[in-house]
Order: sequence, then structure tokens, then C-alpha cells
Amino acid sequence: MKVLVPVKRVIDYNVKVRVKGDGTGVDLANVKMSMNPFDEIAVEEAIRLKEAGVASEVVVVSIGEKKAVDTLRNALAMGADRGILVTEDQGVEIEPLAVAKILAKVVAEEAPELVILGKQAIDNDMNATGQMLAALLGWGQATFASEVLISEGKAVVTREVDGGLQTISVGLPAIVTTDLRLNEPRYASLPNIMKAKKKPLDEKTAADYGVDTTPRLTVVKTEEPAAREAGIKVGSVDELIAKLKEGGLV
Amino acid sequence: MAVLCLAEVAGGAVALDATAKAVSASAKLGDVTLLVCGAAGDEAAKLAGVSRVLVTEDAAYAHGLAENLAALIVSLAGDYAHITAPATTTGKNVLPRVAALLDVMVLTDVTSVVDADTFQRPIYAGNAIQTVRSKDEKKVITFRTSTFEAAGQTGSAAVEATAGAGDTGLSAFVEDKVAESDRPELTSAKIVVSGGRGVGSEEDFAIIEKLADKLGAAVGASRAAVDSGFAPNDWQVGQTGKVVAPELYIACGISGAIQHLAGMKDSKVIVAINKDEEAPIFQVADFGLVADLFQAVPELTEKL
Ligand SMILES: Cc1cc2nc3c(=O)[nH]c(=O)nc-3n(C[C@H](O)[C@H](O)[C@H](O)COP(=O)(O)OP(=O)(O)OC[C@H]3O[C@@H](n4cnc5c(N)ncnc54)[C@H](O)[C@@H]3O)c2cc1C
Ligand SMILES: Nc1ncnc2c1ncn2[C@@H]1O[C@H](COP(=O)(O)O)[C@@H](O)[C@H]1O
Repeated sequence: MKVLVPVKRVIDYNVKVRVKGDGTGVDLANVKMSMNPFDEIAVEEAIRLKEAGVASEVVVVSIGEKKAVDTLRNALAMGADRGILVTEDQGVEIEPLAVAKILAKVVAEEAPELVILGKQAIDNDMNATGQMLAALLGWGQATFASEVLISEGKAVVTREVDGGLQTISVGLPAIVTTDLRLNEPRYASLPNIMKAKKKPLDEKTAADYGVDTTPRLTVVKTEEPAAREAGIKVGSVDELIAKLKEGGLV
Repeated sequence: MAVLCLAEVAGGAVALDATAKAVSASAKLGDVTLLVCGAAGDEAAKLAGVSRVLVTEDAAYAHGLAENLAALIVSLAGDYAHITAPATTTGKNVLPRVAALLDVMVLTDVTSVVDADTFQRPIYAGNAIQTVRSKDEKKVITFRTSTFEAAGQTGSAAVEATAGAGDTGLSAFVEDKVAESDRPELTSAKIVVSGGRGVGSEEDFAIIEKLADKLGAAVGASRAAVDSGFAPNDWQVGQTGKVVAPELYIACGISGAIQHLAGMKDSKVIVAINKDEEAPIFQVADFGLVADLFQAVPELTEKL
């Protein structure tokens, strides 16, 4: 069984994001970029399926600027077998619908039985691409996964939902999106980082797949959220209770 | 123009709070038709702004399976300019699928309606607010419930049965593991008491729960507390957990990482109890108490 894992290059989760003064977006100049944390979890899950003898090959794909090649090399160093870089330098973010359309073409070529995506990219916070890809392919979807068991042509997936946990079963081929508790991703070792440099990596463009990536949403402006007013420190529990009573909160 | 809004259903009944908030947001766009799947629609028919309720009790729609629900919504979509849902795990699961089937972009976690085509949504864990205008013919939207008032119960819409193609057979429900609790629901509670890694263990989380019960509050947790097994996943507050905006949020042993702040910084009043006076949580706290939580939280519970 082949597993496809789409990985996105995003601003590192530790970076404090700054909104540009002119309202055109956030400042990405010279900030640290990393693999989307949910995608690391997706890569880890795919590699574990391979180590367990369930998956035969793990292919990673990233869509974006040329620099997304770093993200792919990182996934290869973790243990993925092969990478596909789809470049699209139009200067604006490619929306989940267009990403899903490109991924649907990659799926048509690669014929994986399972695609594992992150549940959410931590830059745009969309939480949409996996569900959209499932729709375009007419496949079942198991989102927000905290456990994935593959057997007899289906995936039995436990999902993190608002009320607790839900278990569903989806027939393969299927889409899975990862939640935080699915696994703890490994670090790439130095020898594996070296080896990853020799692993095969294909380069394509969105045009090669004939997908129109024109955005459907126009960004009118990007602003800082309203700041909270500075608060005070209280010296004791009694003082805290007095303040809460003053505010009619307790 | 008309809006089709997917009601939130949990445990075989309409979850009134989340639904009422999505209805009030949807009502800004037009007359709301509420789609209730797998529950009775009578309660929801009273929500102000709802002009029609469509109900199906077909078992195919009972467990929120995305493939079946999305197909049903798409079959009804023709009459509507906007298709909406609360940004619950069900809404987040189903509406992007609906959007792709209709070949439109989805607008997730919308916090404000500017006009029929223009919406605001937070990005980068709420560190930026983006205003976007959609060029698509139909708009598919999930609304962040914590930023909208609940619609009142002054209406009386007609309730009609609807039917769809039923089970697509793509996925099947196996089981729910839902914790029963007498506490208020996290996303609608007036007070939330949350614990973080500083609480140290599952047993000691009882300190947090006791304070919550004294206040009639819901209990929340940081990701670190959930990952460490101190608290269940559905208590996680944050960028990738639940977003809450209660009257009072009490954070105990939580450092205040941006991913956590993303889920609670719109609370009216924030209290932080942390032994590290440098903890970033104090930058958003109205009242900060530098103290050991094992001493301060029980004292607070006792004296309240
Ligand atoms: C992709 C991604 C998504 C994430 N999503 C979320 C999310 O949705 N929600 C979320 O919360 N986090 C999320 N995180 C994690 C986030 O970055 C932080 O790691 C997490 O919030 C830290 O939790 P914490 O504050 O409990 O733990 P820590 O940062 O370890 O802080 C513990 C605090 O407890 C204090 N403390 C210790 N002992 C005591 C004591 N006895 N008395 C008083 N204070 C004490 C310490 O001073 C410290 O400030 C996410 C991270 C990533 C990468
Ligand atoms: N440009 C991209 N390249 C590769 N994968 C992507 C891209 N954008 C989104 N994804 C995948 O889709 C998931 C969800 O992203 P989103 O819907 O944008 O929140 C991510 O975690 C990735 O697995």
C-alpha cells in the first residue's frame, strides 16, 4: 500500500508573528520556517505504517515556493521514500481548494491507498484541505485522527471531537487528517539527513497538472487583533477574591 | 438571499447554544433555513431568525458522518446563497467537503460578517485578523461560536421533513466515547477554570475541578495537560482545540503559549495563577497571582 503525505512549509510555531504596518499581510522576511507540525505527525504515522509492514512506500508532496524543498528533505530525512515538489510562485498563498485540486491530480498519478494530511496548517488556520481532497476524489474521510488502524481494506480511525472521541471506519482508499495525540514525531538523525539528500525528488509546476490556482478569496486587509489592556498583580488569594467580587464575577 | 445553516447535533438532540450562535451569525446574511439531522427540530424552530426547519431522522445522518451530510447539503444547496454551520468539529469536518463539491472556497472560523461577500477570520493563532472577500457564487462558512451572541427563542418556524440519498457507504460509525458530565459545556460556560502542565498529574487535576465545581464552571486544559494525560482531549483550549470567551477564565499552571492564548484571550476577565512571575500568561491577565497553585487554588476554593 502506497501512502501519500502532503506537507506544508509554514512559519515556525515558536515565532511571534508580526502584522505588516500597511495591512497587506504578516511579515515573513527572515523568519524561521518549518514543516507544519500536524504534517510532521502525518509523516511519522506513514513511516510507522511502513515500519509495521502495512505501507510499502511513503511519498511526500509539497506545493508552494521552491524553498518548500527544505520541508520535503526534512520529511525524507524522517524516513519518507520519495518527494514531489510542485512549485507555484504567484506571490500569494495558494488556497486549500487549489491545493486539493493539485493533490487530486497527484493522487491520480500515484494511486496511493491512503493520504494522510495535517488537520490544519498553523499559518492560515483553515482546516480544510483534507476534507476538500476527499470530496474531489469521492473518497471517505477520517479527520482529526488520534488513532489509525489499517486492516482488511479499511481504516478504523479514532477521532478527537468536541464531545470526546469518536471511532469510525472508512473504506480504502481514504483520507486521514492528523490531530495532536496521534503520535510523537521523531527527529531526523544526522546520517538520515545525509541519506535524504540522495532520495529521489521530482519537480513539477501547478501548470503541469493543468490546475488554475487563481484565488477565490481576495484579502482586503490584515490587521492586528485588539490588544488587551494591561492588568494588575494581586498579592494574595484574599485580594483576588475581593477583585472578583468587585467585578461581580463571583 | 436565503441561508442554509447546519444545526449542531450531539447525543441525538440539537445542541442549542452552538446552533443559536451560528443562527444569529447567519441571520446577518438572510432568512435562515436550519437543517437538523438526526434529532427533532421543534426546539430549534423557536430560534429567532429561523424561517424554516428541515428535519431528517434518517440513521445515515445520525452520527455526523461527513460524506452523507455533505451529499445531503449539496442536494439542498440550489436554493441558498450561503451555507453555514457552527465551527464545531462536525462543522469543520463537513463544510469544507461541501465547498469542494460545489467548487467554491470555504471560509472557516469566521468571527465577523462585514457584508454578504466579506468576512473576517483569525489567522496565525489569532495574531492577525484577515478580512477576505469571496468571489464565489455560493459562500460556505463556519462561524466561530465564541464571537456571536446566541439567537433568542422568540421565533416559531415551520418544521418540515426532508430526505436525502441516505448512506453513501464511504464510512461507517463505530462508537462514541463521550464523557458524561454535570458541568456546563466548555464553549458556553460563563466561567472556565483551566489547568496546565503545572498541575502535575491526573490526580492533582482534582484541585482544578473542585474550584470549577465551586464556581459552577467548566473545566479546560492546555495541550501539555492533555498530552500528559492529566485531562481528556475535549478539554483542550487553544488554536487547535476549543475557543472560549467566558466572563471569567482562570488559568492555573499554564504558561501562556500563543497557541493557548488563541483559545481564551477574548475572555472578559482573565485570572492567572502561576509560580513564575515571568510567565507570558500574565501579559494577558487582568488579575495575576504569583503563587504555587497547590496552595493558592485550594485556598481560593475554600474562601469563595
Ligand atoms: C501545532 C501546535 C498546536 C498547539 N495547540 C495548542 C492548543 O490548542 N492549546 C494549547 O494549550 N497549546 C497548544 N499547543 C502547545 C503550546 O505551544 C504549549 O506547549 C502549551 O500550551 C503549554 O502548556 P502549559 O502552559 O500547560 O505548559 P508549560 O508551558 O510547561 O507551562 C507550565 C506552567 O506552569 C507553571 N507551574 C509549574 N508548577 C506550578 C505550580 N506548582 N504552581 C503554579 N504554577 C506552576 C510554570 O511556571 C509554567 O508557566 C500547540 C502546539 C503546537 C506545536
Ligand atoms: N501548500 C501545501 N502543500 C502541501 N500540503 C498542503 C499545502 N497546504 C495544505 N496542505 C496539507 O493540508 C493540511 C491542512 O491545511 P489547511 O487546510 O490549509 O489548514 C496541511 O496540514 C497539509 O497536510
